[in-house]
Amino acid sequence: MKMLFLGVIVVLYLSVIALLGYKGFKKTKNASDYLLAGRKIHPMIMAISYGATFISTSAIIGFGGAAAVFGMGVLWLTVLNIFVGIFIAFVFFGLRTRKMGHNLDAHTFPELLGRRFDSQFLQSAGGLLIFLAMPLYAAAIIIGGAHFMATTLTIPYEVALIVFVGIVAVYVIMGGMRGVMYTDAFQGTIMFVSMIILLVSIYASTGGIVAAHTKLTELAPEAVKIWGGAGHQGWTAMPVFWSPLWQQLVTTIVLGVGIGVLAQPQLVVRFMTVKSGHELNRAVLAGGVFIMMMTGVAFVVGALANVYFFENVGSIALIAADKKTDTIIPLFIKSAMPWWFTSLFLITLLAAAMSTLSSQFHTMGSAFGRDFIENGLKIKVKDSMTISKLAMIVAILLATMLAFGLPLFYSEGTAIIATGTAIFFGLCASAFLPMFIGALYFKRMSATAALASFWFGLGVSLFSLVFIHIKESKPIGLCNLLFGVDTLIPAMQYLDPLILALPISALVAIVVTLFTEKPSDTVVDRAFKSIG
Amino acid sequence: MLGFQDWGVTLAYVGTIVSAIICVVYGIINWNKPREDETTEITEELEWENHDPELREGDER
Repeated sequence: MKMLFLGVIVVLYLSVIALLGYKGFKKTKNASDYLLAGRKIHPMIMAISYGATFISTSAIIGFGGAAAVFGMGVLWLTVLNIFVGIFIAFVFFGLRTRKMGHNLDAHTFPELLGRRFDSQFLQSAGGLLIFLAMPLYAAAIIIGGAHFMATTLTIPYEVALIVFVGIVAVYVIMGGMRGVMYTDAFQGTIMFVSMIILLVSIYASTGGIVAAHTKLTELAPEAVKIWGGAGHQGWTAMPVFWSPLWQQLVTTIVLGVGIGVLAQPQLVVRFMTVKSGHELNRAVLAGGVFIMMMTGVAFVVGALANVYFFENVGSIALIAADKKTDTIIPLFIKSAMPWWFTSLFLITLLAAAMSTLSSQFHTMGSAFGRDFIENGLKIKVKDSMTISKLAMIVAILLATMLAFGLPLFYSEGTAIIATGTAIFFGLCASAFLPMFIGALYFKRMSATAALASFWFGLGVSLFSLVFIHIKESKPIGLCNLLFGVDTLIPAMQYLDPLILALPISALVAIVVTLFTEKPSDTVVDRAFKSIG
Repeated sequence: MLGFQDWGVTLAYVGTIVSAIICVVYGIINWNKPREDETTEITEELEWENHDPELREGDER
């Protein structure tokens, strides 16, 4: 009965995805359609697609599991997700991005920056960076999705991986941005409904909102017993200021991911898909609520899972899940929720993974095809769509190979998911965010300043990843090989690379702008037409 | 408050809900803004479609 039910809803889900992918394919006629869905996407679809792309399995499973360890303090990330990732992103970045993208006839994020600063080199370098760095993030999503599919359907990981990537690849390559956004909206709806059920259930099973929180507060000694030395003070309190746990929570989880979202190419491009400015304003409404129901619920459930497991199994969540953070949420669902919800949740996770992956494929394809090959190498083909499609196939193969290979190198596949996501977010923010703000708000910013900020942001990020931030520098091992230590600056070993790279990149942008000539009026006037 | 141990977490919990409410209120207030856009939008849209290098001959508009 259970397997039959699961089988039926999986088939139903895949049929709807296929139908929506086909709808996208039928409506796609040219490169504008393929890259920007013809700039006529409904605000509701745009908002949910943005949210569903933003939220992956990594946010629900990975960061939800992290909440079971760090506690409710992780909710600061939800505050940033909503306030920075939706409100500031749409209102202060989205409206201008849409207008400027339109003015400059830009179809991708690197193209927008390249045309705004009148630098083809910038467009190709940006495209290349996205193409090279994003497969890591995509591989993280593939690993998460395929693992979950393999465990639930009891099929080999390799088979799950091929099926999972195959389905997404078909509708992205065929349906382009329309296919991506239609399926995203459907997937987002499933995610939304599922999270509402989960929220109501967790509070109901732990005695109501305040009662549940109080029970969690009373469990504090259990947390202090294990992580007290690292700064833990209980699941409903922030860790001790500047302790290793505090630094990890605040710099990597809250700030790293919370701010990093502003310069995510696969999200920025969505601002250019809507018809007019007020549709972006309407999208803020849906987007804010959607994100609250995603990460907000995942983090509350993750933290409260401790109460559930303590009451039922006699141990805290992490111990109940064999010390595997990424197993906490799935285990909770399996033990605390009715069997039909487990099936629904599998679809939810598939939806979350697919909606993020589809946009990654689309962005990598357009970055390599349109920004690097077409613009950088000047290889022209008859239409832009073909080259993006070909590039997308290359990108998909690359990400799939990584997803095959990475778990072989690291026994703990779980760490790769969170690390891959965090590295990509940090790199994008450090390399792109200062120049993106400059592009939208500072007419005076020069192309040289944009490029300098790009190289410094990228350089400092990579340096920090390899030589300072111990979470990466230790497994990479180059620092140890050259200097015999795992980190060059022990005092900063827990600080996220972004905390160092982003201010430097911003400072470089400002200083170089002051010492270089102002950009030509023609370019600036065109970019800022009716923006002011 | 709300059963939490310290204000840092209470603020995060309340902040999550308040941020979402801000988004909803903003969305409702600005449902039809920027309004003055409309005529320029239509003109721009026409201009865009006329000059869009990506559009090929004979495409559906």
